[in-house]
Amino acid sequence: MRLLTHNMLSSNIKGVTSGFPLRIEVEKMVEKEVELNADFLRNMFAKVEWKALVEASKTLGYTELPDNVEPSMLDSDEFLNRFHHALLELHLEEGALVCPETGRKFPVNKGIPNMLLHEDEV
Amino acid sequence: MRSNIAKIKLVSSHPEVYDPCDDSFALVDALLADRANLIDHRPSICMEIGCGSGYVITSLALLLEKECPGSYYVATDVNPHATTVTRETLEAHGCSAEVVHTDIASGLEKRLARNVDVMLVNPPYVPTPDAEVGCRGIASSWAGGEDGRRVIDRILPVADGLLSDKGWLYMVTLTANNPVELCVQMRKRGYASRIVLQRSTEEESLHIIKFWRDVDALLEANECSEIEKTENGLPHFSPFSFWNYGNRTAN
Repeated sequence: MRLLTHNMLSSNIKGVTSGFPLRIEVEKMVEKEVELNADFLRNMFAKVEWKALVEASKTLGYTELPDNVEPSMLDSDEFLNRFHHALLELHLEEGALVCPETGRKFPVNKGIPNMLLHEDEV
Repeated sequence: MRSNIAKIKLVSSHPEVYDPCDDSFALVDALLADRANLIDHRPSICMEIGCGSGYVITSLALLLEKECPGSYYVATDVNPHATTVTRETLEAHGCSAEVVHTDIASGLEKRLARNVDVMLVNPPYVPTPDAEVGCRGIASSWAGGEDGRRVIDRILPVADGLLSDKGWLYMVTLTANNPVELCVQMRKRGYASRIVLQRSTEEESLHIIKFWRDVDALLEANECSEIEKTENGLPHFSPFSFWNYGNRTAN
């Protein structure tokens, strides 16, 4: 699971108000190199919750993202490289996503997060 | 030149996962026929709900990989075996899509709201007793309840919430699901629609419907809801007007 996906997931339990961002517990992470696409990154920049991405990257051991950003930074190749790496090349392979409000753990196995709820959570 | 789609021999399988069949092939054929439009569409985020073997999402990723590199693909399934098989199918083709084990799009609905540019749905459309709906094994790939509509009717409002302003939805239906009524229902949500492929097999008559947000449909939908509010009677709405709009703004 890429951090882009982590950035798009929130806790779906009944009664939870925001449920975002899910805290990451890492058992195993992997890095997979993919080609950088600047247009895609520029497009995604507006959709990504930056603070959540910075925190998630740190949890996976990548600390090169700036804490504060503005759209003009998208003109910098160095920034794009870092954004690309954090968003698309870091994968949570085994671990869990934890609801920030209830502490409920959503397991991640073989890179697939399990967001299915129990009957009493729907 | 023949376009690249998923290869059957590379599609992974499992006894509890629905193998690619006529309905999957019809959906991919509809995408192939619409390939030039999809490339012009330049989707950033593509999503499949109910990915099963992964044949369809892998085919979409392969269809667009040259012209639209770097699009983000996410696929969901309620069946845990299907999510594993989809991941294997994607890997066998060298594709990268994200797979989430969930019910329809639960957990993704908030953050992906109004962000999905292309959505694919091959729902459980087979009419069955309602009691068979909601299983998590292979039955979840076909059991559709009364008229095969139980799950379809849950998916459409979710799709409406997820589709971007330019979003397109391709969905497999059967004659028994009443595709014309589905188009009318979606028109009330502001969508134009077109049946882009029809195919009769020995067992079923398949329709692939494409839906997209349409300004005229949206205005009409708003007018209708106003009329419903003020007159509390039948809306002044022709159930077949979408055919004309569908042709005029054909994507």
